[in-house]
Amino acid sequence: MKTRAWVHAWLLLAPALVLLATFTHWPAFATFVDSFYSTPKGARAAVWVGLENYQTLWDDPVFWKAVRNNLIFAGATIPLSIGLALVMALWVNERITGRAFLRMAYFTPTVLPMIAVANIWLFFFTPQYGLLEQVLSLFGAKPHNWLGDPSTALACITVVAVWKEAGFFMIFYLAALQTLNPSLREAAAIEGASRWFFFRRVQWPLLMPTTLFVLVNAVINGFRMVDHVFILTRGGPDNATILLLYHLYEVGFKFWDTAYASAITVVLVAVLASVSLFQFFVLDKRVHYK
Amino acid sequence: MNEPTKLDTFAAWLLALLWILPLVYAVWTAFHAPEYSTRFALDAPLTLDNFRRAWEAAPFARYFVNTIALVTMILAVQLVLATLAAFAFARYDFRGKDIAFALVLVQLMIMPDILLVENYRTMAKLGLVDTLLAIGLPYFASAFAIFLLRQTFMGIPKELDEAARVEGANAMQILWRVYVPIARPVYTAFALVSVSYHWNNFLWPLIITNSVNARPLTVGLQVFSSVDQGVDWSVITAATLMTSGPLLIAFLLFQRQFVQSFMRAGIK
Amino acid sequence: MDRKTFNRAALATLATFAGASIGWGSAYAQPQAQTEISFFFPVAVGGPIAKYIDGLSADFMKAYPAIKVTSIYSGTYQETIVKALTAHKSGTPPVTSVLLSTDMFTLIDEDAIVPIDGFVKTADDKAWMNSFYKAFMLNSQTGGKTWGIPFQRSTVVMYWNKEAFKEAGLDPNKAPQTWAELKDYATKLTKKDASGKVTQWGVQIPSSGFPYWLFQILTTTNDAVLMNDAGNAVKFDDPKVIEALQYWVDLGKAGVHPPGVVEWGTTPKDFFERKAAIVFTTTGNLTNVKNNAKFDFGVGMIPGNKRKGSPTGGGNFYIFKKSTPAQQEAAFQFVKWITQPERAAQWSMETGYVAVSEAAYKTDALLKYGRDFPQALVARDQLPYSVAEFSTHDNQRVTKALNDGLQAALTGTKTPAQAMKDAQAEADRVLRSYK
Repeated sequence: MKTRAWVHAWLLLAPALVLLATFTHWPAFATFVDSFYSTPKGARAAVWVGLENYQTLWDDPVFWKAVRNNLIFAGATIPLSIGLALVMALWVNERITGRAFLRMAYFTPTVLPMIAVANIWLFFFTPQYGLLEQVLSLFGAKPHNWLGDPSTALACITVVAVWKEAGFFMIFYLAALQTLNPSLREAAAIEGASRWFFFRRVQWPLLMPTTLFVLVNAVINGFRMVDHVFILTRGGPDNATILLLYHLYEVGFKFWDTAYASAITVVLVAVLASVSLFQFFVLDKRVHYK
Repeated sequence: MNEPTKLDTFAAWLLALLWILPLVYAVWTAFHAPEYSTRFALDAPLTLDNFRRAWEAAPFARYFVNTIALVTMILAVQLVLATLAAFAFARYDFRGKDIAFALVLVQLMIMPDILLVENYRTMAKLGLVDTLLAIGLPYFASAFAIFLLRQTFMGIPKELDEAARVEGANAMQILWRVYVPIARPVYTAFALVSVSYHWNNFLWPLIITNSVNARPLTVGLQVFSSVDQGVDWSVITAATLMTSGPLLIAFLLFQRQFVQSFMRAGIK
Repeated sequence: MDRKTFNRAALATLATFAGASIGWGSAYAQPQAQTEISFFFPVAVGGPIAKYIDGLSADFMKAYPAIKVTSIYSGTYQETIVKALTAHKSGTPPVTSVLLSTDMFTLIDEDAIVPIDGFVKTADDKAWMNSFYKAFMLNSQTGGKTWGIPFQRSTVVMYWNKEAFKEAGLDPNKAPQTWAELKDYATKLTKKDASGKVTQWGVQIPSSGFPYWLFQILTTTNDAVLMNDAGNAVKFDDPKVIEALQYWVDLGKAGVHPPGVVEWGTTPKDFFERKAAIVFTTTGNLTNVKNNAKFDFGVGMIPGNKRKGSPTGGGNFYIFKKSTPAQQEAAFQFVKWITQPERAAQWSMETGYVAVSEAAYKTDALLKYGRDFPQALVARDQLPYSVAEFSTHDNQRVTKALNDGLQAALTGTKTPAQAMKDAQAEADRVLRSYK
């Protein structure tokens, strides 16, 4: 009977594992192998070059700029989007007037496709007659080329990303908050605890599983969200907004340097894997389950 | 206690207005002529011409159908595969179980986007380039869904299993009659994640589709993005409203249900 | 049925089949034996371009019933080449495609295309090949062979706001002819409000996306050549090139040109909103400007310095290698047909691109159009002075090096000399294996 159960289990797993193997494990492995060969071009076949692609990567200033930018980008979007999501959820969870409208307003960005939304933000950031400029001029601020200035371009990209993400994470926090036992709140009220105390000591710890869940998503998105870069800045000015996945697209599908693209992919995967592993094994311990 | 203060209300509303600004702008611009796309004269005449132009510029009806078919197909397959796999992980003990689970988790760290080049090659070999199936295949096995469902299934008391077994149910029947109904909130939550992700997905569909046959909305909208003649916000916003409208309306109508369905979710 | 009947029936069926297949393969076969060609085309201008293309394809198929053309819209130029090359690498490229003229070296290196010369047989064909403007052929030929046929081509032109000129006390019908005049006019045209904020820039040259193209209007007029014909050497650190970049940077420093990197996509809108009095952009924007500028505007050639000139731009037809000889021949017929003077004229009027041959401008349609709308002829008149658009082997990489350098100089991160020196070093590194 044990054998039959064993067969059963593998049969149940088979479809998922086959697809994973074909579209995740195998490509990851093939990419890994490709990164040790040169790019085949036309009649010239690929040739073993060992670590040459990685050496190129090490020497490539654009790659390092992408790494730096991506770390800043992720480092900003993750806490900001999660933080805002939590605040939004807390607000919408309470008896604030116009709750339904607030909920819709916060969630709308998720529903709009990034490609479309990026163009609207392009208008917002346009110098002189863009919305931001129009509003700022009411306050007498100096005009600024937000997207065309290396010192502000990355910040603009980050703002758009946070705007897009926060509402989505809010839904998960909202759900979690609504499953909390209402008697907890009554008990806290009886004890005369402040809202902040209630949040810090009761809600926050109970929300930890949700936070972990949302954190995984946010980290992945920190490296996956490049659609808006295509419209807003195309990686410019002078690589001020280039991100790893965008650089990968450029190298793989503009320069057609597929071997080098493989090397970048390997690095990107390694980064994501180590971050995810860290999350699962270290943070998982701190999470309270029922 | 715990009633929101006036400050709370004010801050919440301010944030909401900021958040909805792009949509408001889109509505304004879509219904006004191009010369009002950057000046907000309240007495400007309304027009439907932008929608006409947007409609004519690309086969949006077809893109719409493609996208709906795509997200539905992906979600359906994801749910089936993940349910089966999660059940295996939750209720069976077998050699290699941990390795299998680790292999599944690997996908969480590597999204198909990163493996564009290799996946394209695979699709080409399978002869699937430019099909809806090709867009969906890399996503059918969702580590996310498997992870969520496994967690939920593991939390279901074994007594329910035994009760059903006593009545003569086999494994599949137990799965269908006991586990699936209990995990319904998780399915809803995941559906939200999946539909939202695939409705908005751009990079992989861009690479793998070549023609109207399989092109989804996000790629279709690209038509308006990179025109030599410069950005025409009136047409872009009209196209955006046309294509996002249904999803937005769906959310407006089913908001309450969405949130309620989480109430019994295992995501705590 | 019994055996005898069965045998007779089988024989009869076989005979029918044999007869049918002989008839099928015979010379008088019906259009069953059509040659099918697929055709990728990008859309880079507004308007129902896909409809026009479908219309042209349908007309072609009426004239050539033995050929079936499937026209496939494939996004922007960038997306079209991604699709074309990706399809080529997996063995099923489109038979023909419109791609940027600057993609020529990339396509040759990927062994994706065949030279057009092989299809040119009759005297008619030869005359047709020679009918295109020389300026457009510059990006279409290398190594003594022709690889692309011009289809939707353009040049950079200068647009100016005549009303703004009048307000500034300048003659609205006299455009600046030299660099010095341009700076002078720009200074007069720049308007500031009470707080010192600029409400109208004198001149605007976009620098996002592909700044190298706009940069070429300055290098060409300064008599500098950026790359060689073989596409394996560049000269960014030439003093004349640095001088051109310095001029551009100085416009910004003088406060007559917007600071930082100027967005290409919003430049036409900037012009309509009177935020810039003189803008430089593609002639392909002509219809857009005509429809949306609520003021009188002029179109003129690029102001010269040591000489006049502009880079060309736009897309060529290419024929792909991994298709059958019959398909390639069919594609050649298609390309030849679609670039005939009448159709080139029609295409030019519908899209705003420059018609690709002189004969096209001699057709009645274009003669009348030119009379009614003389601004449309400026780009054509600029052709004798026009140069090839920047293109080399590993084009995207080398162009990126140049673009990054230009953006660095315009944002003040590097001096023009340093920016061009760094770009040269990067380009040299990339082109090393092509020498």
